[in-house]
Amino acid sequence: MSENAHLKSAAYGRDQVVSIINSVIDKVHKTDFAAKDVLFQELHDLKMIIDDSRKQLGSARAGDINGVHIPAATDELDAIVGATEEATGAIMDACEVIQEHMGKMDSAVAALVEAEVTKIFEACSFQDITGQRVSNVVGTLKTIDEKVGKILHILDESVPDKEDQQKHIAAEEAEKTEAERLLNGPQLPGNAISQEDIDKLLSAFDD
Amino acid sequence: MSITNMNVLIVDDYKTMLRIIRNLLKQLGFNNVDEALDGTQALELMKHKHYGLVISDWNMEPMTGIDLLQAVRANDDKHKDVPFIMVTAESKTENVIAAKQAGASNYIVKPFNADTLKQKISSAIGAF
Repeated sequence: MSENAHLKSAAYGRDQVVSIINSVIDKVHKTDFAAKDVLFQELHDLKMIIDDSRKQLGSARAGDINGVHIPAATDELDAIVGATEEATGAIMDACEVIQEHMGKMDSAVAALVEAEVTKIFEACSFQDITGQRVSNVVGTLKTIDEKVGKILHILDESVPDKEDQQKHIAAEEAEKTEAERLLNGPQLPGNAISQEDIDKLLSAFDD
Repeated sequence: MSITNMNVLIVDDYKTMLRIIRNLLKQLGFNNVDEALDGTQALELMKHKHYGLVISDWNMEPMTGIDLLQAVRANDDKHKDVPFIMVTAESKTENVIAAKQAGASNYIVKPFNADTLKQKISSAIGAF
């Protein structure tokens, strides 16, 4: 494989970067003084670009992409699949109860009800299609997760640990207004407060 | 064999879809319907019972519907020629061709309606 093809096809590891730089330094030693200046300048520019990229990645907290945002997005998507499955189950339960009672209906009404119940069953197939589409999105997010992880590894920008992430989330929370803090949408199962707890909480105000 | 007594195997990893197909089959008069969540489970059930019709999804793990179809057609046993309908969201031409080449009796793309299911079953087993 030629050097260029290699550069295009593979992500750089730190060893490869060192090897490239050593190769350049070697050339510097073998060339004339004027060309050395040019090469040094180019190396300096390259270093500036790398430093700048690392700073930008640091300030963008790229580690949060695969440390926080992507796991949160996949959890939300899994919750969508779970919620739609539960809802379609409840719809079909109701339909089956209606079907069980069709014998007691006038035959013309029963035929009409059966046709409409069939349409409901047909429509419930949205859950399967939606689930498959969501699975595709989860697959894409996982690919992004891996790619971001690789880029961070190459740039030696380690993924922040849990404690670091919590601090960052807390800092972001602190910057939000009261109204923004209260806009979180539906919570994942387990994180949500139950109606029972809400009732208890409200009744505590009345005491 | 009448459809009332015919054993039907439906294979899908989505319980919602299994339930939809089971309900539609019941309306058509099929009373003996078994369910499997992937090809492996389906093959296991097929070892112990004779099915007159298999209706299978494509995209399942660990064993897909196309792998199941190929395994069924390759096995020299009682299910070698069983009518096999693929019911799937895979809607590319190459999927339909691959299914046909593997020996699918018919191909239904999701979402589908009761009439389509009835028509394809009719064409596969010659009933109704």
